[in-house]
Amino acid sequence: MYDGGKIITGLIIGIGLFLFPFYYNAGKAAKAPDPELTPKAKEAKVCVMEKAYMTANHFSLLDEWRHTVVRDSNRYFTAENGKVYYKSLQVTCLDCHSNKSKFCDQCHNYMDVNPYCWDCHIVPEEKK
Amino acid sequence: MSYRAGGEEVMGLDRRNFLKIAGLSALFGLGGKAAVDIFAPGELEASMEAVPLTEGKRWAMVIDIQKMDEELMNKVTKACHREHNVPDLGNPKEEIKWIWKEDYEHSFPGQQHHYIGDDFKQGSFLLLCNHCSNPPCCRVCPTQATWQREDGIVMMDQHRCIGCRFCMAACPFGARSFNWGDPRRVLRKEDLKKLNPDYPTNRDYPTRSKGVVEKCTFCAERLAKGQIPACVEAANKVKENALTFGDLADPDSDVRAVLRKHYSIRRKPELGTEPNVFYIV
Repeated sequence: MYDGGKIITGLIIGIGLFLFPFYYNAGKAAKAPDPELTPKAKEAKVCVMEKAYMTANHFSLLDEWRHTVVRDSNRYFTAENGKVYYKSLQVTCLDCHSNKSKFCDQCHNYMDVNPYCWDCHIVPEEKK
Repeated sequence: MSYRAGGEEVMGLDRRNFLKIAGLSALFGLGGKAAVDIFAPGELEASMEAVPLTEGKRWAMVIDIQKMDEELMNKVTKACHREHNVPDLGNPKEEIKWIWKEDYEHSFPGQQHHYIGDDFKQGSFLLLCNHCSNPPCCRVCPTQATWQREDGIVMMDQHRCIGCRFCMAACPFGARSFNWGDPRRVLRKEDLKKLNPDYPTNRDYPTRSKGVVEKCTFCAERLAKGQIPACVEAANKVKENALTFGDLADPDSDVRAVLRKHYSIRRKPELGTEPNVFYIV
């Protein structure tokens, strides 16, 4: 093999660079998100659906809500326990979950999703 | 008469029959609406008419010009724009408006003549989306972001609007405004901050984003809660019945009573869009 030394050194440096991010980040896994409930949300105990469903599918619910509200003018939602909610991200959801940065953003950042809800819907001012 | 898959009978012409008639007519040198009228009288009329008055409602507004003055118009505009977080952008090229005042010439073109009194000629008129029964804006929208509800309201779905502005070109009344920039820039830019010190004024209503078209929705969100539109509420606080809002489909409603009693006009009736905002002169 001609120039064997150079090639092998090059390969080692190349592989080293390729693996660098893995070494560098080893053992430093990003902290799993832990959405925080406001006292008001804790007190309410139940959301509009059960917690497991909301965690996994809140976006489907919100998508359905925005559709039925704007297009079918069907603005009220009856929960399983019979309680009626006004279907509104801004007025109803964020009334309880008024801590967007600690409730919504934690997971959204972790999952690297960027919902554009907030381009139009107003986020409540958070008390620091 | 034609049939849907499954044998269900439906009114109107389906595409197949339409093409048959059109092709046949072309042979005889006939064309357009006339041809359909000859071969299938009445059928086309049915499909050309606006959405029928369903068992529900047909919202309309009556504006009493005699009771309006500049101050009241400003007040009404402010009430609406505050309710819906419509910012004052200070530049007519970027202006966003849901309800606004306009001079006579631009409000009722084609109806002016030389001898109209100065009160009218130099007066202002309160304009808003006419919520036409036959809305051209909805016909051109490629995404159905704007459409006519069963109660006659020409509604906007900002989630769907792609900002093509066909609707703005189609609307003969200039009722639509385009967001050339993010409306929330009024929170960041010093000069705009001064014009909108407490923006957003209604934290229960969204703002809009860059690149969508917006307009009056007859306060669909308030109607759903059983409230009357914000402009009507604001106007009637100052002058009783300056604005009347109600259901045209109900012969006993306020709007129908007012329209029976007074002579009223509409903007550009010759275009056939059938506006649902009436002006008592």
